Amino acid sequence: MSRARYRLVVDPIACDGAGVCAELLPEMISLDPWGFPVVHGDEVPPSLLDLARRTTVSCPRLALTLVHLDKS
Amino acid sequence: MSAPTGPARLLDTTGGRDVISLDAHLERWGPLPAVGSAALLDAVELSGLRGHGGAWFPVGTKWRAVARSKRSKPVVIANGAEGEPASGKDRYLLHHSPHLVLDGASVAARALGADRVVVHVTAGAVAGIDAALAERARRRTDTCSFEVVVAPDRFLAGQEAAAVATVNGGRAGIPTFVGIRTVREHGVAGRPTLVQNVETLSHAALIARFGPQWFRTVGTEESAGTALATVTGRWDAPRIVEVPLGTTLGHALGIDAEAARGIQGVLLGGYGGGWIPTATALSMPFTEEAARSHGSSIGAGVVVLLPTGVCPLAEAARVVRYMEGEGAGQCGPCVNGLDLLATSMEHLAYRPRSLRGGVAALPTLCGLVEGRGACRHPDGVARFVRTAVDVFGDHAALHLSRGPCQTSRPFLSVPAGPVAQVR
Repeated sequence: MSRARYRLVVDPIACDGAGVCAELLPEMISLDPWGFPVVHGDEVPPSLLDLARRTTVSCPRLALTLVHLDKS
Repeated sequence: MSAPTGPARLLDTTGGRDVISLDAHLERWGPLPAVGSAALLDAVELSGLRGHGGAWFPVGTKWRAVARSKRSKPVVIANGAEGEPASGKDRYLLHHSPHLVLDGASVAARALGADRVVVHVTAGAVAGIDAALAERARRRTDTCSFEVVVAPDRFLAGQEAAAVATVNGGRAGIPTFVGIRTVREHGVAGRPTLVQNVETLSHAALIARFGPQWFRTVGTEESAGTALATVTGRWDAPRIVEVPLGTTLGHALGIDAEAARGIQGVLLGGYGGGWIPTATALSMPFTEEAARSHGSSIGAGVVVLLPTGVCPLAEAARVVRYMEGEGAGQCGPCVNGLDLLATSMEHLAYRPRSLRGGVAALPTLCGLVEGRGACRHPDGVARFVRTAVDVFGDHAALHLSRGPCQTSRPFLSVPAGPVAQVR
């Protein structure tokens, strides 16, 4: 499980720009001028995977998901 | 019945009839041969046919992906929504050659093992398709069932997920976020779904009859066959032209050096496409690869020759504002970004000195919307803006140094009102 590779995907329709993700995971997520998230990097580094997982469940709109890289 | 030998394939009309009846259609092309699924999938794949709705995705690959999805029987959507204001080729085909389109849908259904075909067209095309379907029912030409669903008059109506939403009775013409679960696996009624443009299906109908080798006698290795183009700016009114892929537009449209001097720039791919300098656009091979290498796309075959004497920046500004209004209004970066892009283009066109950051700010703004929508709408607008700034850079410099053009008659067709399209 931990060896699987993941990327972060924002559902731009669900996202309302609360900005929680950029607070929790500034290593990978910044906000655009309107407060909507910009994801940096294609793959979540293994060292950030736990934090990324906690970030996805902290999104008030559940608009952020971890997706298997080989499935996309 | 014989295979067309020249470049006129879809426009090989029988005797100049307005609407080609089923009898005339069968007299010209003969019935569809009784070929099974595997042979049809092979033929379409070998032909090299690509999607003419705008994405130019290999059709064989797409059909196999849907056919592989074994969860339930697939559904085929014959997509003739054609929301692009500068395009008319799909309506032309649906009106004049409905049976070529319906043959293609029938071929796709047989190849995929689908029993249900949805013909997705604008309100104006419904009567013609209903009449054609009645002719086919009397002759029992098809084993699949057909239904007609009306596409709303919106730019995005033909977008794949938006078409599925319309057919499913969701928000008509509004894309959904598909993520990694595409409509190919989960579309109409949750079933695997093929959404294919009506021109693409018409090519498939001829491939089923005359084979992939015949199809490849016109075109290039990567872009086989012909493409319908809606050409604006060459004649008094827009015309539909069948262009052999790989030939130059200059040749196909009969534009010599003298005539080229009256053209300021060429828009390929429509309002989500891109501008190309006139000399390049007229001399490059007419293929998706060549268009992409110049930052544009053939898209659904829209070709606009912009004449000298109109302000290209005013034209671009009107188009970008229209595209902003045609957004689905669902994704934050697109809602905010397209409005800012439209406002910036209006500044450049009418109040150039109030454009903050000057022309150089525009590509940066484009970067803020690219790849950040649920659909590709913002990416298309960004491409339109980036290439407009490139191709009309000298004109933009004139605006900044001397002020905007005093008057400009509108040239590009932009429907009035937020969703109503006057054609």
